[in-house]
Order: sequence, then C-alpha cells, then structure tokens
Amino acid sequence: MDLTLLIELLIIGFTFFMLINASAVLVLAERKIMGFMQQRYGPYLVGPHGALQPLADILKLLFKEELRPKGADKWLFTLAPILSVTAAFAAFSTVPWGAETTFFGLLDQPVKLGVTDVNVGIMVIFAITSMGVYGIVLAGWSSNSKYSLFGGLRAAAQMISYELSYATALAAVIMLAGSLSLREVVDAQSGYWLGFIPKWYIFLQPVGFIIYVIAGVAETNRAPFDFPEAEQELVAGYNTEYSSVRFALFPQAEYINMATMSAVATDLYLGGWHTPLIPDWLGWLGFLGKVGIILFTYIWTRWTLPRYRYDQLMHFGWKFLLPASVINLIVSAAIFLYFNG
Amino acid sequence: MAETIAFYLFSGLAIIASALVIGQRNPMYSVLLLVASFGAMAGLFIQLDAPFVAVALMIVYAGAIMVLFLFVVMLLNAPQEDALPYDHTHPFRHPVMMRFGALLAVLLVVQLTYALLRARDLRVPVAGRSDASVVSSVSELGRVLFQRHVFAFEATSILILVAMVGAVVLARKESGPQ
Repeated sequence: MDLTLLIELLIIGFTFFMLINASAVLVLAERKIMGFMQQRYGPYLVGPHGALQPLADILKLLFKEELRPKGADKWLFTLAPILSVTAAFAAFSTVPWGAETTFFGLLDQPVKLGVTDVNVGIMVIFAITSMGVYGIVLAGWSSNSKYSLFGGLRAAAQMISYELSYATALAAVIMLAGSLSLREVVDAQSGYWLGFIPKWYIFLQPVGFIIYVIAGVAETNRAPFDFPEAEQELVAGYNTEYSSVRFALFPQAEYINMATMSAVATDLYLGGWHTPLIPDWLGWLGFLGKVGIILFTYIWTRWTLPRYRYDQLMHFGWKFLLPASVINLIVSAAIFLYFNG
Repeated sequence: MAETIAFYLFSGLAIIASALVIGQRNPMYSVLLLVASFGAMAGLFIQLDAPFVAVALMIVYAGAIMVLFLFVVMLLNAPQEDALPYDHTHPFRHPVMMRFGALLAVLLVVQLTYALLRARDLRVPVAGRSDASVVSSVSELGRVLFQRHVFAFEATSILILVAMVGAVVLARKESGPQ
C-alpha cells in the first residue's frame, strides 16, 4: 500500500478519534469545572478523580431502553439524532489542524495535517453547520410533544438569526486573508509584527473575534443562549422525548460542534498552528492548546452567566450583533482598501 | 466512469426527490425532500468544477430558506394536507382555464427544449471552456458579477429589497387606538 495514502488515512482516523474523545473530555471538563466553580468535587467515584465518568455515562446510556412516544414520526424521530451527529463530524472535515509535514523525511511529498483541504473550506464548514439545525428542528417536530416542538422552533429561529452575524464576522477575515481556504488563512498569519507580536487576526479583528465567539455560543446552543433546551421552561427542549443512544447523540453533536467552532476560531483569529515559542513540527500542540483555551471559556461562560430571556436573545442578535458585525465589516473594508487598494 | 455514475446518481436523486416533493401529503416531508434535492444539485455543481456555487446553494437555499420553510410548517403544525372536495365551480377549474393552463405547460416545455437545443456550448466540458476559471474561482466569479453583470446584480438586490419592504408593510399589524 502506498505510504502517503496510509499516512493520510491515519490522519483522518486520528482526527475522528480526537473528535469522538473531545465530547467525552468536554463532558468531564464541564462537570469538573462546574464543580470547582460551585466549590464541590464534581464526579469523583469512577476512576482516579472521576476521570472515567464519561465512559460510565456512555455505558449506562447504551444499556437503557429505547423509547419512542406514541404518535411520534417514526422515520424523522430516528433520522434526527443521526443527522445532528453526522453534520457535527462532517463539519470538521475541512478544518486543518497542523502545518504540512513530511514526518521527518519519512515521506517524499509533504502531507497536510487535517482531513481535507478544499479552496472554499470556510464556506463548506458553514454549509454543513447549517445542516446541523435540521437535526434539532426535526427532533423537536417528530417527537409529537409540545416541549420538543418549542425547543425545535427556538433552535430554528436562533440559528438563522445568529448565522448572519457569524458569517459577516467571518467575511472580514476572509477579506484580510484574501482566501476562502482555512489553510491559506492560517498561513497568512505566520510571522511577527515588530519582531514579537504574532500576526494573528485577533489583533486586526478584535471586534470580529468577539462577535464570532458570541454568535458561536448561540449557534451551538450553549448557555447563556441555550433556549432550545431551557430546562425551566421546556423540560429538556428538543430532546425531551429521546432516550438511550439516540439521546446520547445530541449532547455528543453539541460538544463536537463546540470543538469545531473553537478550532475554526483558532484557525481564523489565533493563528492556527503558528504559536510563538513553539516549533513548527509541534504546531498542532499549540493548536490544541488554543482550542482548549476557547473551550474552557465556553464552559466558564456557561457556569457564570444566567440564561437570557428569549426576546432578549432576538433583540440582541438582530438589533445589536448584526449591525455591529456589518459596521465591523465596512470599517475593516475601508481600512483595508486605504492601505492595500 | 466514476464520474458518470456520480452524475446519474446525483441527477436521479435530484429528479426523484423533486418529484416526491409534490407527491407528499405531509408538508414536513416535502420540505426535507426539497433539501435532499438541493443536496443532489450541489453534488452536480461540484462535478461541474463549481464548488463555490455548490456551497452557496447549500448555505442559502438548504441552510437558510428551507429552515424558514420548516419553521412555517412547524408553526402551522399541519400534519396532513386534507384533500378538499373537487370544486367544479372554482374559476380555475373552468374548462377554458384548464385548457389555457395546459397550453402554458406545453409552451414551457417547448421553450425549455428550444433553449437547450440552441445552447451551443453544452457539448463542451466546462473545464475545457475558455471561461472555465470564472466558474471555479471565487475571485473571478466576483469580478464578473460586479463588473460585467453589475447592473443585473444591483437590479436584483433592489428587487429583493422592495419585496422585503413590501412583506414588512403587509405583515405589520396596525396598533394603537384607531
């Protein structure tokens, strides 16, 4: 078998492995950080310091009985979680996580670390992420339950509203880099200003970065924007009627979406695998570290801020975030034109 | 070979899904089948070396517009379209109107066939054409859109803006004491 092909398959397998485990690690991290913030231990019994708790959770869910409410739409009820998790995994397919490498001369041609590289990578991620909303909406509709239906409706409205600000924030970065390929955007961020400030787009696009992160939290349905699953109002929202493995797939999709969102933010704003003091061949560790920092911020936000009201979410999205991102884009374009035009 | 198989797969899927859209009683399934049809069409665009068009189709139609459709269907929550009893007195069911409609349908088919037969470049692969780079390169596409076709582009955007304002005006409830 061709060695290059084998290595590329291994890279794809590794990415998949990391993504699957990202959800387990994130569940544990979430509960541990929440425990720390609330001055308690969090999971502690399974494994050392509760490290094997996600495994126990998954096993428990696997052996639970699968229930489907009477009157639920059979096909869509089954399809919805599959759609959710497939979209979550597929969205990572064009996210590069490391520089081109020959593995210390093992290969003749350098291979790219990442599943694939297409020239419209950013838009592919965007398209697949927007497919993920169907999973949630269909889960809400097909369950034949009013709580689920409201969760699904809220998810649809929320994701459409925040997608706009999210895409507009991205457009400014695409303009600066002059490319829709994530790998080229990352490579445009190598090097330093004045010899010590890394050329990351977060320094050129601070407003854009903040808009991106806020819209990203809303897109992944995380607190303080977790209206599709607001416990106090909707029991568990769109996944109220789900049980067993089908239920497990929804949180898994959510955590993978968080990981994707953080990885894209790292690629677009934080220089991807270009980190000061870290050599290029270890760049992917720097990448992982930056993704970890963003994910920690996600969890930190969730356990610090209370949930907004639904109308506040809509007002914030349409009347503040969207105008802010449009103004950010126009101002960036004007400055860019002045210096480079 | 693989490309031919993929072509027939995508086009077959697109046609079957589109046909099923109007055959469904449940509007929810219609919306989803339309999304499937868009997905197949995006596959065809990728085969034509136009990934940008494919992705734009997915984002705009499948990702945004169809979610809005889904939203409306869910709000109405109509599980089944009830078949109305056939109404012979309806103006559109008048024999003259029905013959006129049939004539229009035939005209549409004739027009499409004529247009397709007249198009000369159809036998040349897109990749082999002189303007192939326009289709596959995003920056070239933007240049063509904003230079050669700028009038059509702006006219379309004004049309959409007018439609949006019209929708807002129509949907706005008169409030306050009258």
